[in-house]
Amino acid sequence: MSAPSFTAEQTSRRSTHRAPATRRAPRRRHTAGRPRRSMVLTLLMGLTALYALMPLAWLVINATKTQKGLLDSFGLWFSGDFALWDNISQTLTYDDGIFVRWFLNTLLYVVVGAGGATFLAVLGGYGLAKFDFAGKRAVFATVIGAVAVPATALAVPTFLMFSKMGLTNTPWAVIIPSLISPFGLYLMWVFAAEAVPTELLEAARMDGSGELRTFFRVALPLLTPGIVTVLLFTMVQTWNNYFLPLIMIKNPDWYPLTLGLNAWNQQASTAGGQPVFNLVITGSLLTIVPLIIAFLLLQRYWQSGLAAGSVKG
Amino acid sequence: MTAVTPITTGRRPPARGSRSRRGRVGWIFVGPFMAVFALVFLAPIVYSLYLSFFRDQLVGGTSFVGLDNFQRAFEDEQFWAAVGRVTLFLAVQVPVMLGLALLVALALDSGRLYGKSFFRIAVFLPYAVPAVVATLMWGFIYGTRFGLVGNINEALGVSLPDPLSPSLVLASIGNIVTWEFIGYNMLIFYSALRVVPKSLYEAAEIDGAGQWRIITAVKIPAIRGALVIATIFSVIGSFQLFNEPSILQSLAPNAITTYFTPNLYTFTLSFSGRQQNYAATVSLVMGVVTMIIAYAVQLRGMRKEA
Repeated sequence: MSAPSFTAEQTSRRSTHRAPATRRAPRRRHTAGRPRRSMVLTLLMGLTALYALMPLAWLVINATKTQKGLLDSFGLWFSGDFALWDNISQTLTYDDGIFVRWFLNTLLYVVVGAGGATFLAVLGGYGLAKFDFAGKRAVFATVIGAVAVPATALAVPTFLMFSKMGLTNTPWAVIIPSLISPFGLYLMWVFAAEAVPTELLEAARMDGSGELRTFFRVALPLLTPGIVTVLLFTMVQTWNNYFLPLIMIKNPDWYPLTLGLNAWNQQASTAGGQPVFNLVITGSLLTIVPLIIAFLLLQRYWQSGLAAGSVKG
Repeated sequence: MTAVTPITTGRRPPARGSRSRRGRVGWIFVGPFMAVFALVFLAPIVYSLYLSFFRDQLVGGTSFVGLDNFQRAFEDEQFWAAVGRVTLFLAVQVPVMLGLALLVALALDSGRLYGKSFFRIAVFLPYAVPAVVATLMWGFIYGTRFGLVGNINEALGVSLPDPLSPSLVLASIGNIVTWEFIGYNMLIFYSALRVVPKSLYEAAEIDGAGQWRIITAVKIPAIRGALVIATIFSVIGSFQLFNEPSILQSLAPNAITTYFTPNLYTFTLSFSGRQQNYAATVSLVMGVVTMIIAYAVQLRGMRKEA
C-alpha cells in the first residue's frame, strides 16, 4: 500500500466535492477519499468475519440434529437426519410449552423495560440538552458516576430492598431496574443537543405551543434516529439480561428465555435430570433470531444514531 | 463520545428572562428518570453501606459491628484471589479485544475492503447474542466429548488441551467475551472515525504522510475519546465478570470455583452462604476498586490529550 502521489492542483479541485468517498473518481486516481481496494486486507477481514460467524453457523447446523446426531456427527457439518422442524416443535411443546411462556415473559420485560428505559432516556436527554436548570450539573455528575458503579455490585442490595418491598419473584423486580439506562440518557443528551435546533423550539414557543406539546410535535420527530439507537441497545440489554432475573426470580413461570435455557442446560448435570441438548441448541437459535432480525432491519437508523452520538469525539 | 465533558461542549444557553420557569420545565423532563434512578441506583448504594456495618447471626440476630466487615474483606484471601484473577483477565483480554476492534474499525474506515457492509454486520452480530447463548455455544464447541475440540482430536488423532481445564478456562472465557464484544467496540470506534473530517487525511497526505502515519498521527488521536470510553466500559465489564464463568460452571465444576470472580463470590455469599451483610461489603469494596481504576483510565486518557 504505497502512498498515492498527489498534486496541489488536484487537491484544490477535489476539495469542491463534498463527499468524495461516495463518488467514483473520474480518472483512476487513488487518494484518501477514494483508495484502492485491497485483496489482502479483505482476506484478513474475512478471517475476523469467520471467527464472528463460526459459532453462529455451528448453532444453525446443530439445531438440525437429533440428540443422537449431536453426539456422533462432526460439529460443523450436518448429520444424516434433518431434524430442525422436529426440534422446533419439541422446543415449543416440551414441559407444557414452557418455552413459549419464557418467550412471552422476555417480550414483556423488553416491551415494558426497554420501552420505558428509552422513554425516560429520551425525556431526560432532551431536558438536559435543551433546558438550563438548577441541579443540572449534579444530575450529570451522579449519572456519570453511576455508569462506573458495576451494576452487579448493586444487585445484592437491590435484591434485599426489593425483597423487603415484596417485589422479588414478580415481573416488577426485572422491569424496574431495566428502566434506567445511563448510556441511553447520555446518548440522547448528545443527540438532542445536535439534532434539535434551539431556534426551532423558540419559534414554537413564540407560537404559543406548550413545552410538552413542543416536545412531542417538534422535537420527537427530529430525535427518531437517536431513539431507535437507544431502543435497540436497551432491547439487547433486556433481552439478554441474565444476572438480574437470576437473583430476582425463583419461579420458572416468570423466567426470561436466558434463564430458561440455562435451566435446560443444567438439567443434564442434575441427578435424575434428562439431558435435552437438542432443545438447548434449538431454543438458543430461536432466542437470537428476533434480535438479529431487528438489527438487520433497523441497521440504517441505529448506525446513523450512533454516529451522531460520537460527533463530539 | 466525550462522556466526561459534554457539559462544556458549547451548548447554547436559553434566553435569560424565563430562566426560573425554564428551570422547572427542565425538571419535568429529567425528573422521571431521576426518580427511578434514585430507586434503583442511589437507594441500593446507601442501603448496602448501611448493611455493611451490621452482622446477621443465627444466634443473637442483627448487631452493629462497625468496620469489622471491611476488615474481614481486606484480609479475605478468596476475595483477593478473585480480584487477582479478574485483573489478570483484564490485562490480557481487554487489550486483545480492543486492539482487534480498532483494527477492524480502521479497515472498515479505510475504504479498501471489498464487501464492507457485509463485514461490518458480520463482526457486529455476536453482540446481539445473549451471554447465556454465547456461553452455551462456546461451551459445546469447547467440549471434548461431542464438541469441535473432540471432533478435531478424533479426526486428526491428536489430543488438544482441554479448554475447560483449570489452567485454560480463564483464557477460554476470555475468548467468549472477546467474541461477544469485538463488534460492539468496533462500532464505537468506527462511528467515531466516520465523523473525523476527511480534510485532515488529505492535509496529512499532502505533507507526505503514508497510510500508517495517518493512522497513528491523525486517526487514533482523533478518536481518543471513544478509545477511553471503550476502555472504561471494558474495565468495568471485566471486574463484573459473572455470566460466562457462572454458566460454564456446570461444564467445568473443577475449574471454576464458587469464588472464581468477585461477583461470583458475592453471589455465593448472599445466596448460598446467607452472608448478605458481608456480601454487601464485598460489593462495595469492589465498586470502589472499579471506580478508582476507571477514574485512573480516564485521567490517563485525558492527560495524553493535553
